[in-house]
Amino acid sequence: MSRRALSIDDIESLALGAWILGTGGGGNPYLPLLNMRALYREGHRIQLVDAADLADDDWVGTVANMGAPLVGQERLIDSLTLARAVSVMEKHIGKRFAALMSMEIGGANGVRPLMAAAHLGRPIVDGDTMARAYPELQMTSVAIGGLAPCPVSIVDVRGFESIVHKVPTWKWAERVARKICTEYGASAATCQPPRTGAEVKEWCIHGTVTKAMAIGNAVREAQRRHDDPIAAILAVEPGKLLFRGKVVDVQRRAAEGWLRGVVRFDGFDDWRGSRMSINFQNEWIVSFRDGAPLAMTPDLICVLNSDTGEAVGSETIRYGQRVTVIELPPPAVFLSPRGLEHVGPRAFGYDLDFRSVFSA
Amino acid sequence: MRRIGIDVGGTNTDAVLIEDGKVAGAVKAPTSEDVTAGILDSLKSLAAGGALKDASGTLKKLDGVMIGTTHFINAVVQRRSLTKVAALRLGMPASATLPPFCDWPEDLAMLVRGGVWMVEGGHEYDGRPFMPLDEAAVTKAAGEMKAAGLGSVGISAIFSPLDPSHERRAAELVARVLPDAVITCSSDLGRIGLLERENAALLNAALADLARETIAAFEKAIGDSGIDAPLFITQNDGTVAEADQARRLPVYSFASGATNSMRGAAYLSGLADAMVIDVGGTTTDVGQLKNGFPREANSVVKVGGVRTLFRMPDLLSIGLGGGSHVQLDPLAVGPVSVGYRLLKEGIAFGGNQLTTTDIAIAAGVLPLGDRRKVAHLGVATCRKVFDEAARLAEEAIDRMKTEAGDVPLIAVGGGAFLIPDKLPGVSKVIHVQHGDCANAVGAAIAQVSGECDQIFKDLSRAAALAAAQGIANDRAVAAGAARASLATIESEDMPLAYLPGNSVRVRVRVVGDVAATGAAS
Repeated sequence: MSRRALSIDDIESLALGAWILGTGGGGNPYLPLLNMRALYREGHRIQLVDAADLADDDWVGTVANMGAPLVGQERLIDSLTLARAVSVMEKHIGKRFAALMSMEIGGANGVRPLMAAAHLGRPIVDGDTMARAYPELQMTSVAIGGLAPCPVSIVDVRGFESIVHKVPTWKWAERVARKICTEYGASAATCQPPRTGAEVKEWCIHGTVTKAMAIGNAVREAQRRHDDPIAAILAVEPGKLLFRGKVVDVQRRAAEGWLRGVVRFDGFDDWRGSRMSINFQNEWIVSFRDGAPLAMTPDLICVLNSDTGEAVGSETIRYGQRVTVIELPPPAVFLSPRGLEHVGPRAFGYDLDFRSVFSA
Repeated sequence: MRRIGIDVGGTNTDAVLIEDGKVAGAVKAPTSEDVTAGILDSLKSLAAGGALKDASGTLKKLDGVMIGTTHFINAVVQRRSLTKVAALRLGMPASATLPPFCDWPEDLAMLVRGGVWMVEGGHEYDGRPFMPLDEAAVTKAAGEMKAAGLGSVGISAIFSPLDPSHERRAAELVARVLPDAVITCSSDLGRIGLLERENAALLNAALADLARETIAAFEKAIGDSGIDAPLFITQNDGTVAEADQARRLPVYSFASGATNSMRGAAYLSGLADAMVIDVGGTTTDVGQLKNGFPREANSVVKVGGVRTLFRMPDLLSIGLGGGSHVQLDPLAVGPVSVGYRLLKEGIAFGGNQLTTTDIAIAAGVLPLGDRRKVAHLGVATCRKVFDEAARLAEEAIDRMKTEAGDVPLIAVGGGAFLIPDKLPGVSKVIHVQHGDCANAVGAAIAQVSGECDQIFKDLSRAAALAAAQGIANDRAVAAGAARASLATIESEDMPLAYLPGNSVRVRVRVVGDVAATGAAS
């Protein structure tokens, strides 16, 4: 396996880029980043490995935290608990993971697998199963690929350990794991179903750790030079600038256990006189300009702070914030008919045919 | 109502007397090294104007002296007068890898971190205990604090805004071992977000000695002036706290200067909803008034490099002021300023640096300095500079506006002459009398607030809002408000993603007038 050592500076960039790829959800990676700074000070180092370099019969552990982002603000998840989710899974299946991987590069889960990897001395695969953040377990490339939805290990900092040993579908895995997580206090570390190197090569989305780091690095460089950070993102990613404006209304409501709502924006600059709205379910799902659908999932809708280029989350976006909305292209796996069944606008209850802003 | 408002700023200490809804006197005195003298001076000049005595020559009865100060925030920013703090966190085994002080700038942490203790305790999001409080461990920690000579303690617990009982019990146990310790509980400082709330508690604990000394100095100044009235300290959100509470929670007074000038602008103009532009010597702050209060920043606010969740006004600051450097070719105004050296360095005062004040003097707008020294600046030149200042102001206002239509703009502060009577996007520009003392006026008219921010489960939205309202009302009354005057100025509910049982986080803030001394409320 060819490996590349990550510096703490790379991880700072990863955190910033992961928050942008979180498309409004996934939680702010600030706390995982703090953990990584502490682990690096203690001498831990993370190695990054390409998916292509895995052996077909290697085992890979997929790490994610599950729970309400707000609880994560109080019960700060620690790196040892994430590592334990992995160890519990290894014991359960009787295999040793050659590497760990993110389930969800977007948001805090883009950085958390590194916390487990630091303690366990395993490399991190340069890839994940979403290339962004999504609210449910079946919204992944591995679910679209029809790979096994179990077992899942779910552990708590107090020592609780559960395994979802057998469920028939990804939706069932989501339902059962969510119940356990809620009983734990809506915060749990999980190791998702183990993957072989061959599965990772075929079904995971490659290069997303590098991509998040490149986006984060572009923003941080622009901040240092006092350049436009949004232009810097669009220089490293084939994205589109959709809108610049300020938030004039935020409506949030809980529906079926998620945070749903609408944010409305009034335009600035070239968009003066124009209005935009974005509907969200934790993540930004569909945007409308002057009433007409503009951008929609699986395209990545990213709402950014116009001054700093950093992401603005759906839980914290507020009236009066000045934002820029950009669109980034999704991975190919989400654009197949089966992919769109899992993550297209209809998967979120919108009676819309997917139209990409990139095909126009 | 008769109150004195005082703003202790970096350069000037302003004082105003508000009587029957009018400004009955306003003075400026230089801020002194020892705070007491500057306040005493300003009170003396206020008295010299005759404002404090009635026709028969006896001192008028005052309802209160309200002081706004940047003392506490400056101490943190400048790393001075800080007390070493014992940090006690109740929440093990969670959060162990991110201990107290973990995200502080190292220089500040070195000054403040007296020791860190983490023991079992804390609650879940729904109020269940996360772990039982380990009382023996708390008592043992207190013994170690005592041995280390620490006298100021910051206590935090997981979900303490929801259930503060573990923090309170731990405070009792610590006080048994350290009866003279000053103890700050994070639940007294509000919001969800353990690290930010804990940071606020630790900063507060670090200010314990300074708060005691400063407030004693304020009390001495008032006593020495012969005024017999209760002392109040203005808070970040435009309200006041009684001196005792401010001594206990000085972090709430961090950003009161900017808030006071916005509240003063509202009062002097009679407008409750407007944009405010406060043009000082070096910077201009733009904010928005809603219901007579500044719109609050909702995101993480860093104080001296420490992340906190304080209630702070949402302000945009730009480098434009009465002391801003002016360059004519190519034209540039600010962001560098001569600041308090204006009266030495400005051209009209015999110095060498062209400033916006020189331009105003040349244009005949300000009757200051020596106009002959700026006679070479023609009408067209002055026009160009004013236009540039107006453009900077317009841009800042546009960025802060939250409505598409034109809104009224109140211009206050010593540099308000830079704001023209007409600006694009502004329905009208309002210049008010005593606008240069708007901050002291804002202090004089400050109210008392109460807030509730917590998660409610299995209640209808209306019932949850009503429960939060009741808690906020009780807290405002406990802080000194008259119950009959309470009004809700913010009410926000946020359903919690993933949590079952209609969990909703409700935040309600109410304000009311300060209850008359001795009145039961």
